[in-house]
Amino acid sequence: MSDAESPGDFGTGPTTDYDDDFEPVEVFPEGDLDLRPGADNCYKCTACDTSCPVAEVDDEFPGPKFQGPEQWRLKRKEDVEIDDSIMSCSNCMRCDDACPSSVPLSQMHNEARGEYVENQMDKLSTEYVRNRILANYGTLARVGSKVPRLTNFVMGNSLVQQVNEKLLGITAERDFPEFAQETFREWWRDRGGNKVTSEEKRIAYFHGDYSNYNTPEVAKAMVRVYEAFGYEIAVPEQRCSGTPMFANGMLDDARRGAKVNVRNFAELIEEGYDVIATCTSCSMALRQEYPELFDIDGVEDVSANTYEAMEYLRIHEDLDAAIEDAEVDMGPLAYHAPCHARNQGLDRQAVELFRNLDGVEVEDVGDSCSGISGTYGWKEEKYGKSMEIGEEMFEHMDHAKGEVGMTECPTCSMQMEHGSGYPIKHPMEVLAEAVA
Amino acid sequence: MPIREDVLVVGGGIAGAASAISAARTGASVRLVTHKKSTLRHASGLIDVLGFLPGSDDPIVYPYSALSDLPDEHPYSVVGENAVREGLDLFDDIAGDAYRGGHTGKNALVATHGGTVKPTARYPKGAAEGLASTNRDTLLVGFRSLPDFDASVACEHLAAAGAPFAVDGVQVDFPGDFRADAKVTRYAKALDRNETVSAFGKERPAREALAEAVRPHLDGAERVGFPALLGDAHADEVRSDLSSELGAAVYEIPMGPPSLPGLRLEDLLFDALDEAGVRISSGNPVVDYTPVEGEHRVKSVTVDRNNQRVPLHADEFVLATGGLVGKGITSDRESVSEPVFDLYVPHPEDRYDWWDQQAFGDHAFAAFGVVPDEELRPTDADGEVEFDNLRAAGGVVGGADFAAEKSGSGVSLATGYLAGRTAGEAI
Repeated sequence: MSDAESPGDFGTGPTTDYDDDFEPVEVFPEGDLDLRPGADNCYKCTACDTSCPVAEVDDEFPGPKFQGPEQWRLKRKEDVEIDDSIMSCSNCMRCDDACPSSVPLSQMHNEARGEYVENQMDKLSTEYVRNRILANYGTLARVGSKVPRLTNFVMGNSLVQQVNEKLLGITAERDFPEFAQETFREWWRDRGGNKVTSEEKRIAYFHGDYSNYNTPEVAKAMVRVYEAFGYEIAVPEQRCSGTPMFANGMLDDARRGAKVNVRNFAELIEEGYDVIATCTSCSMALRQEYPELFDIDGVEDVSANTYEAMEYLRIHEDLDAAIEDAEVDMGPLAYHAPCHARNQGLDRQAVELFRNLDGVEVEDVGDSCSGISGTYGWKEEKYGKSMEIGEEMFEHMDHAKGEVGMTECPTCSMQMEHGSGYPIKHPMEVLAEAVA
Repeated sequence: MPIREDVLVVGGGIAGAASAISAARTGASVRLVTHKKSTLRHASGLIDVLGFLPGSDDPIVYPYSALSDLPDEHPYSVVGENAVREGLDLFDDIAGDAYRGGHTGKNALVATHGGTVKPTARYPKGAAEGLASTNRDTLLVGFRSLPDFDASVACEHLAAAGAPFAVDGVQVDFPGDFRADAKVTRYAKALDRNETVSAFGKERPAREALAEAVRPHLDGAERVGFPALLGDAHADEVRSDLSSELGAAVYEIPMGPPSLPGLRLEDLLFDALDEAGVRISSGNPVVDYTPVEGEHRVKSVTVDRNNQRVPLHADEFVLATGGLVGKGITSDRESVSEPVFDLYVPHPEDRYDWWDQQAFGDHAFAAFGVVPDEELRPTDADGEVEFDNLRAAGGVVGGADFAAEKSGSGVSLATGYLAGRTAGEAI
């Protein structure tokens, strides 16, 4: 049940409990998806536009209010094409968080982007090919991680980077994330899977692509922490959560992955498992975008039983007590809350939890967007904007006490490292140090 | 192990922040839960106590003296003058140098973007040079791309309102190559960063270019009023640069949404919450509650996180969810209600009695809200306290028509201060 279908659902929008004798007039013919209630809730206050990091630096971008409710309305009246500026939206979803009327802005953007890519984008264009490659990073990673040293060597070659920029429009300014010598799944298999069995405490881990191929240390930290608290962990077969695909309007690719994920995780949920993710965009996708965009059997169950890894522990365990007497050797950390953490109400949890942990000092580097937004900052024509959006964060990091960063989001961490040169930690790694 | 604090405040506006901070000052552990960005982004950023008595058009000079003329059900009458003063003291303490007006018990007169004059108790530093009570020749500057503020209209209104100074208005183009529908935040950012813009045939920093655009129209004006978009994080610097370029005082005129002074006030409040050690959960709505079995007490409130229900526990609760605009009070075609606890909200049976035919008439809906006892605990239709450990603050409390009275921020501060303090002391 998405906000769009039932704007009064959470007591946040006008209720739609009408008299039996009151029939709302059907103004627009029903499409696959009727977003009218969402569009009608928009009272043009511009809160979304003023919280849009792209609009703040890109004078060509008309902003979320146009991309969502206004464009949706225009299209209903006459046969208007989707404006190509939809491809400049970075899918940070801050507009969702800003809207006081719960207009499903990001859902509208995702729908519009999907339609634009399907009907208006030239499938032979470099842009399409490039976006498809970026959106399907997981497929490439599967191949590249087989020979991590070679891949890292080739992708780190500046000549290759120049070619990527010229031919594909992938910026040469960024260094490709290195593949780990051993993926998380290989490690998990070699250790023989779960070490703890429990009837009551069970979680199924959605690791996504990044912590599997690039930062298995985050996934391993999660395993240490959860096993210390006595959880049985399952690591089912899974595909990319779809976040980079939504942002590039590749909804078919995203749907294919979603079907696999929903099927495998819904099965485990029936066996009493809850789903946890260490990447905030992954948990966001399973929770919000899946039920908004896909009608798959079990999608609601997965949405309602998915949590971010630290959030889950805060709900079910006494983390404050667990770290009370602990001490870590971390020093000051410059923490950036990813936009997608913000949207799930998780932007403060790391700062608050570690406030009372000895040996670490977490400093929030402000509430701006990091600017990379997944694949957005990898695009040659967006790179400048991406760095401009991130400027505020870099400045704060520069002034921060520590020279190590911390964030939950893989691409935010790329951006943080890229702009500051700091190594970047994940809160799970700090927690593992304290309790496991 | 549930998430638990001594005091839990629901709502992230002025009332919620004031409640949380004053509860934290009693030594209690406090969490503030807020759903969306608050209505502060729609607000002027001014802190009003009382500008007009209900039904009167005479601006009030001494707001504290006028409190006794308010009806019994008004939140000010419920909490008493002392709480109003304490609430303002709390604000002064939080705002420090960012706000002015605390030196006197009199209202200041601030000109709005409509050219009306608003009696207010505290105003942002950026508006200080623009007070309508000081007699200095004034130039108002509007931008053609910002239809929200028409300097000529504002200036005619001011003259008609009997402003004691010569005032002139001019519309100019904001220098540089911005979208025709660029937002105030975009201009603010350009000035904040002093971006290079191309104007008058050359590239130059935005602040300098803006001064250049205004200079020909100065005509000896001693102060220049701009719509409130003069920077965000570096607003003081932007004003002082413009001021030295123009050789005149520079000030900001409060605007409608999206309002930078409102956004800056929000930042100020959240910094103070951090300072006070308040824990903050934002982004998800509180949708329900669980009572203590067999008692008139709230055990926990339920946060809806993308379709998951997560309980937050506390000993004392403060409801500061706002009024009709903030959605702390909601309505359908049948009735008006409070959505979290389903508290009693008195309103006429017939919905055609909820409003007045005249746009600026006496609207019943403006004062809809819960009915508090003297400790701000909401009561039911029989006047009985609904929950012993639930208090209400700000717009969700009924009995004040803040738009007509110019009392919104003051009510939020006074009720927030009292609700937070009594909740903290009850631990």
